[in-house]
Amino acid sequence: MLDIVVSGLLLSGTYALVAMGLNLQYGVARIMNLANGEILILGALASFWFYTTSQVSPLLTLVFITPASFVVNWLIYRFLLTPLVRRAKTQGALEVDSILATFGMSFIIIGIVVSIEGGFFAYNFLLDPISIIGSTTSLNRLVAFVIACAIGLALYLWLNLSRSGVAVRAVSVSTEAAGLVGINVPRVSAFAFALGGAITAAGGVLISTFITLDGSIGVVFTLKALIIVIMGGVGDVRGAIVAALILGLVETAVATLIDPGLTLAAAYLMFILVLLFRPEGLFGRRAT
Amino acid sequence: MIRRSLMKIAAAGLVASSALVASAAAAQDVIKVGAIAPKTGPLAGGAVVTQWPNVQLWVEQVNARGGLDVGGKKMTIELIEYDDKTNPGEHIKLAQRLAEQDQVDFIVAPYGTGFNIASAPIYGRYGYPMIAVSAITDKMEELTERYPNLFFTLGTTTAFVDGVKEILVEQREAGAIGNEIAMVNVADAFGIELADRARELFTEAGFELVYDKSYPLGTPDLSPVMKGAKDSGAKAFVAWSYPPDSFGLAEQAIIEDLDVSVYYSAVATSFPAFSGAYGGKINNVLGAGGTNVDDPKVAEYRAAHLEVTGKVPDYWASANTYAALQILEQAIEGAGTLDRDVVTQYIKDNSFDTVMGDLSFENNVSHKFWSVGQWQDGVFRGVKGSNVDGAVPVRLKEGWAE
Amino acid sequence: MKPAGMSELVWAAVLVFVAAFLPWMVNGYWLSIGVTAMMYIALSTSWVMFSGPTHYISLATGAFFGVGGYLVGAGMSDYQQSFWLMAVIAPIVGAILAALIGFATLRLSGVYFVIFTLGLAEMIRNVVSWVQNNFLGSRGLYVLTDFRDQHIYWMLLAVAAVVYLLGWFISRSRIGFALRIIGGDETVARHVGINTATAKVILFTTTGFFAALVGAIIAPRWSYIEPNQVFSPQLSFLVVIMALLGGAGRLWGPLVGVIPFTILWEWVAIQFPNQSTLFLGLCFLLIVYALPHGMVGRIEELRARMRRGA
Repeated sequence: MLDIVVSGLLLSGTYALVAMGLNLQYGVARIMNLANGEILILGALASFWFYTTSQVSPLLTLVFITPASFVVNWLIYRFLLTPLVRRAKTQGALEVDSILATFGMSFIIIGIVVSIEGGFFAYNFLLDPISIIGSTTSLNRLVAFVIACAIGLALYLWLNLSRSGVAVRAVSVSTEAAGLVGINVPRVSAFAFALGGAITAAGGVLISTFITLDGSIGVVFTLKALIIVIMGGVGDVRGAIVAALILGLVETAVATLIDPGLTLAAAYLMFILVLLFRPEGLFGRRAT
Repeated sequence: MIRRSLMKIAAAGLVASSALVASAAAAQDVIKVGAIAPKTGPLAGGAVVTQWPNVQLWVEQVNARGGLDVGGKKMTIELIEYDDKTNPGEHIKLAQRLAEQDQVDFIVAPYGTGFNIASAPIYGRYGYPMIAVSAITDKMEELTERYPNLFFTLGTTTAFVDGVKEILVEQREAGAIGNEIAMVNVADAFGIELADRARELFTEAGFELVYDKSYPLGTPDLSPVMKGAKDSGAKAFVAWSYPPDSFGLAEQAIIEDLDVSVYYSAVATSFPAFSGAYGGKINNVLGAGGTNVDDPKVAEYRAAHLEVTGKVPDYWASANTYAALQILEQAIEGAGTLDRDVVTQYIKDNSFDTVMGDLSFENNVSHKFWSVGQWQDGVFRGVKGSNVDGAVPVRLKEGWAE
Repeated sequence: MKPAGMSELVWAAVLVFVAAFLPWMVNGYWLSIGVTAMMYIALSTSWVMFSGPTHYISLATGAFFGVGGYLVGAGMSDYQQSFWLMAVIAPIVGAILAALIGFATLRLSGVYFVIFTLGLAEMIRNVVSWVQNNFLGSRGLYVLTDFRDQHIYWMLLAVAAVVYLLGWFISRSRIGFALRIIGGDETVARHVGINTATAKVILFTTTGFFAALVGAIIAPRWSYIEPNQVFSPQLSFLVVIMALLGGAGRLWGPLVGVIPFTILWEWVAIQFPNQSTLFLGLCFLLIVYALPHGMVGRIEELRARMRRGA
């Protein structure tokens, strides 16, 4: 029982890392980013590459890859996505364009990644057992969990307490209304998209310390992130975290108590049930 | 209108390619060899270790020698390669292209069981000898009957399970393990097939599967699986796993300090990256494959592989993949022609001197392969195999410390 | 009946007739491109039938396609059934599944619908793998037949033609009218007394039926069925993308999207064997910026300009 709680919590930390970035990108900047998983893989590749070629600790990689990803994602938004945002007359049109464009980007990033490393990003970092209230787990998962919590908490406090955070939330509620009260919507959107990309890349660095990834596996994380964001309700950080918690705990519980073969099926079933009873996700707002 | 423009493009393509053929025919001193395998997609991680470097190595070596001797004429190899993106539809289309558009003289068999079977009808129609390596199945008889130019070299599903069973039986007799086995498998084609066969063979041998669970491909956290296996108390652990989860299971076994005497995981255990990641911790881990590094031929091959491609070959199908190319090479030279029917017949009738030793085919199947290997002090050595020399005794797993 | 609608149908009939001769006109390589294109034309057209007018983007195509391919594989390999029997069963199962999903998703809209279908597709794949693993067991799912590319091509052509014809009738029927109103404003549709639920479920069931049928037809071409390849989420995305590139507003949108796209895809794969994925991505981006409203938008713009010029 304790095992389920501990493993489940740690797994939900992973999921939160995967989903928080996309939540900002979709919830605020309105970009359904299908290249989200590939950005995560870029972070993982950087971590693997620096660790295996020059023994740089992933924790150090984290420190400089996060701002680097912020800059790259800001540039992507500014130069590749802004034209689409400008020309889109409706949210639906933007959704269609961003699906097409980011799907293209995901291919480009896969191409770049496999030309650097076509095989598995296999390395081991902090692969040491550690006992938490009687349940054994690995240090690398624990470290990732702690950092995920820190990122989540910082994000939540910033969104709710700071001026700029409030602006971001205002944009996520309504771009028109936010524009009317004098918020620079394009700037806030670009910032949110870049921040989302930075968090995703940080997630990639951390996840690569305990999951063996390869250049083509990004789509798996994109799918998971989409599921979690939608389950939690678009644009709500709490929602994404609660959804990540539910999935982590359900998967671990099913794997331990019923059959590991059903873990992913159970996770998707949970997602489906949530949407059946709450069509706008756990914390979503009813569309007006 | 659209049809017409499509046909126009088709016609343009035909003209262009026939021009190419004409210019090639003028200077017919190259052999065109086509290779299709994933460079992206789920199987790419395996193909860039086992398949592509060997194709590169072989072509470079042959051309460095001045090419193949075909009936007294030296011909170099021109390689035409495509990325199938791990997509069967894409692979089939590209295989058609190799045959019809590029009109290659020979082909390198694809990577992966499904892709070999999917492309066999096409290559069969054009008479390409197809020496499959990364294709393991129990249906060899039916398949080779259907496609007489298809050859198998890496063994059957049953042989792989048998190798593991033999080790389990031996260790039970030696008293290292009891009757209980914990077995897990990835719920995908090859994993399901192996587990299904193992359930049968292990039970026949009197073993009891005290833990027998599958997990889905892409499971992010294998710790519940490993905890379950640990709680079962079995002293033998067998996982019919794929590349990403072979790594994940090893990681969890280290964390849980899984107390077993026999630990086996299937595909990718033989990859250099496996020991690269876990070093001495995975000493005495068993896995699918194996090789005999003490064989001078193998040692020479491994050194050349590293020198030419910059990569360490895996300790399993890499050598077989290279051996398959050597067979093709020797068959072309031996037959002294590019006529594919003659070359195919030559492969059936002769024995070949390869990195894997003397290889020959019996009803299109070679019965010389490694089935189980073991990481012993940084080298993955073959411990069980069929008609191979140099198997070393199995060691027991003793803890997961460095 | 408007004459424009009739002429569209005549055009379609001519195209189908001409397309049927493709296997005699081109070599095996171009035929195999034809098969790929025809597969996507059939899938995208049936997708557009539902998603075009309603603006509901479904990512469940891969699930239905997978069910079709998987049933043929399992039926032929594990239960020694004939291909034809399984090809009849598969679309029925696909349709039933789609109907269930249709009912389940009635309350969902927008992105929630999109991701719901995606999650559902993933759940189906996992459940199928689990059932096969625990209850059916398997020595690999082989689909060994004597079909060649031209047979598969003709079957797919027939499916595509039927889908098109059906789509044509539906767009001119009460249901088609209802769907367009749903796409405009679902609340309005309900207020004017349109049974939005029935219309949506019927159409979604149809797309499920055809996607499963296409999956069943493709199975013999693949010869060996692996759940993780046949239930590929990438297929769902590609179908959507080809339809959107063509333009989801017209039933013939996929046709003008898929054909140039397949040829472009092929050209990239040949020109850049080592970096084809990267260059495909670049092409996607270029298309998005160059064709804001898909091929349909561009074609209609040209038409309008020609009319103005004339």
